[in-house]
Amino acid sequence: MSKVLIVAEHLNGELNAATAKCVSAAQALAPAVIDIVVLAADPAAVAAQAAQIAGVNKVLSVTNAANAHAIAQVQAPQIAALAAGYSHVLGPSTTFGKDLMPCVAALLGVNQISDLMAVDGAHAFKRPIYAGNAIISVQAPADQTVVATVRTASWPEAAQGSSASIEAVSVDAALPRHTRFVGLAAGATDRPDLQSAKRVVSGGRGVGSEENFKIIYALADKLGAGVGASRAAVDAGYVPSDLQVGQTGKIIAPELYVAVGISGAIQHLTGIKDAGTIVAINKDGDAPIFEIADIGLVGDLFQILPELEAALG
Amino acid sequence: MKILVGYKRVVDYNVRIQVKPDGSGVVTDGVKLSPNPFDDIALEEALRLRDAGIASEVVVASIAPADAQPHLRNGLAMGANRAIHVVADAAIQPLTAARALLKLIEKEQPDLVLLGKQAIDDDANQTGQMLATLWGRPQATFASKLTIADGKATVVREVDAGLETLEVDLPAVVTADLRLNEPRFIKLPDIMKAKSKPLETIALADLGVTAHDSLTTTAYAAPAKRSRGVMVKDAAELVAALKQKGLL
Ligand SMILES: Cc1cc2nc3c(=O)[nH]c(=O)nc-3n(C[C@H](O)[C@H](O)[C@H](O)COP(=O)(O)OP(=O)(O)OC[C@H]3O[C@@H](n4cnc5c(N)ncnc54)[C@H](O)[C@@H]3O)c2cc1C
Ligand SMILES: Nc1ncnc2c1ncn2[C@@H]1O[C@H](COP(=O)(O)O)[C@@H](O)[C@H]1O
Repeated sequence: MSKVLIVAEHLNGELNAATAKCVSAAQALAPAVIDIVVLAADPAAVAAQAAQIAGVNKVLSVTNAANAHAIAQVQAPQIAALAAGYSHVLGPSTTFGKDLMPCVAALLGVNQISDLMAVDGAHAFKRPIYAGNAIISVQAPADQTVVATVRTASWPEAAQGSSASIEAVSVDAALPRHTRFVGLAAGATDRPDLQSAKRVVSGGRGVGSEENFKIIYALADKLGAGVGASRAAVDAGYVPSDLQVGQTGKIIAPELYVAVGISGAIQHLTGIKDAGTIVAINKDGDAPIFEIADIGLVGDLFQILPELEAALG
Repeated sequence: MKILVGYKRVVDYNVRIQVKPDGSGVVTDGVKLSPNPFDDIALEEALRLRDAGIASEVVVASIAPADAQPHLRNGLAMGANRAIHVVADAAIQPLTAARALLKLIEKEQPDLVLLGKQAIDDDANQTGQMLATLWGRPQATFASKLTIADGKATVVREVDAGLETLEVDLPAVVTADLRLNEPRFIKLPDIMKAKSKPLETIALADLGVTAHDSLTTTAYAAPAKRSRGVMVKDAAELVAALKQKGLL
């Protein structure tokens, strides 16, 4: 029987919703045990949140000042030490998990399953390659630990309402001092988080400027939506990089995605394949985005968006 | 300072990948191959550090089949001083790539290793992190700004929450994100010059690497297709369509 250890992602005392998505992926393994490990300088608050996720047996909390910031080379030896006795170690396929989990895999001497999107068996999985243009079935050796990052857009959040036990554990691992956290410049916003928002409005190069982007924000506010962007819009400096959606940005699965002034390059579409309904607004009727849009509207965004806002009441 | 750059050859990012009808792989016959876009960015960053007098030598390394010599010449034409071609006939997985690159590190003793954040064929996003781990050195992934001073690198990283800054001791592994720089174009005279630059060839087995390609791909499938939906003619119709779907 499988035993799964999930590495919790958290920031400022808040558990990231990606952790509950990892629990869903773990449940697909029909395992005997699902435990979550929280590494922090003061893990209590995050551990308490993790303990509420349905299906979790135990939360391991590791207190260490060295864990004040998630530094992959500091965390990996601790996780690798705790991995003994588990058949699977999962983390989210977010920048946190992508940075950390391959280090754990290297310490355990295995290749990682990146972006796990489906479970076919305890050692059989599906994952995307070539920007999602092919899906491969991969078989991992049964006698080695499976280390995987979970593609968050493929899995729902596991339910809340449980109360797993929380166990403080100490880890005996030499931790390096060669890496120092200097700071995090977070794009402060009270809009819904792009990765968990039910609705997202994204702007592309067609929006034209940072100043013009306010019409995207206005529509998003009207819809209670998060805001995203294409790479071209980020590169041009219209919006910060953490808004980028796509192969190299965020892979998201909102119920409603509104693409405004975005052409629909494959690298962008990779990020929205699992969206419920895709709406495209573009003045070029031949833009590739219309090939995959559920609802398309050809026209000038500067005319349509104010009308749309008005029509939304 | 010496910089080692990972320089993988991949299917060009403009190619629309097709899965073979029998599910045995993707169609790669006759498709255009190019340097991994992130590796071009990694190489560009190394060249800029050399242009700035911070680095003295830039070495590109690729683990690739024997026919990849033009790819390495491309890296030399872009400006690398030397190239190392580790010949591997079959595709390798990230842990093997990391082990091979570690052998090159032991030989070359670089002060900085620059890789792409991910190869756009396997989309693994693992090799740099694995290499730093095996080497026991710092990593700074997803770099969008790199500053070198006093034996340390200060790296701005594109993370989900915004921009994180790390300071790492050198030597270290840094993986390039899209906005680190914009790679230069290769000029014709550079292509000529590249022909006489040193290109070392070594078989993967001769490096003393124990390959570990533990994952077996058993099937390839095309992704679930999204199809063209309806077109509406104005904002009012759009709102009506959204209401009909229960989205408003
Ligand atoms: C390795 C790699 C990774 C990449 N990763 C990503 C990624 O993660 N995410 C991503 O988005 N891209 C990514 N890209 C870039 C991608 O290939 C495209 O270049 C990019 O998505 C284009 O952005 P865009 O659609 O905003 O711009 P464009 O392609 O320039 O499209 C702009 C659109 O706006 C429309 N438009 C202009 N004016 C108006 C108007 N007034 N009203 C209505 N419509 C208007 C135009 O008709 C056009 O269709 C990547 C590329 C590479 C090589
Ligand atoms: N065969 C290879 N040859 C050279 N560099 C490689 C190779 N495989 C991976 N790399 C480097 O590691 C990065 C990440 O690759 P991956 O982990 O496969 O996504 C790439 O951008 C390259 O810089």
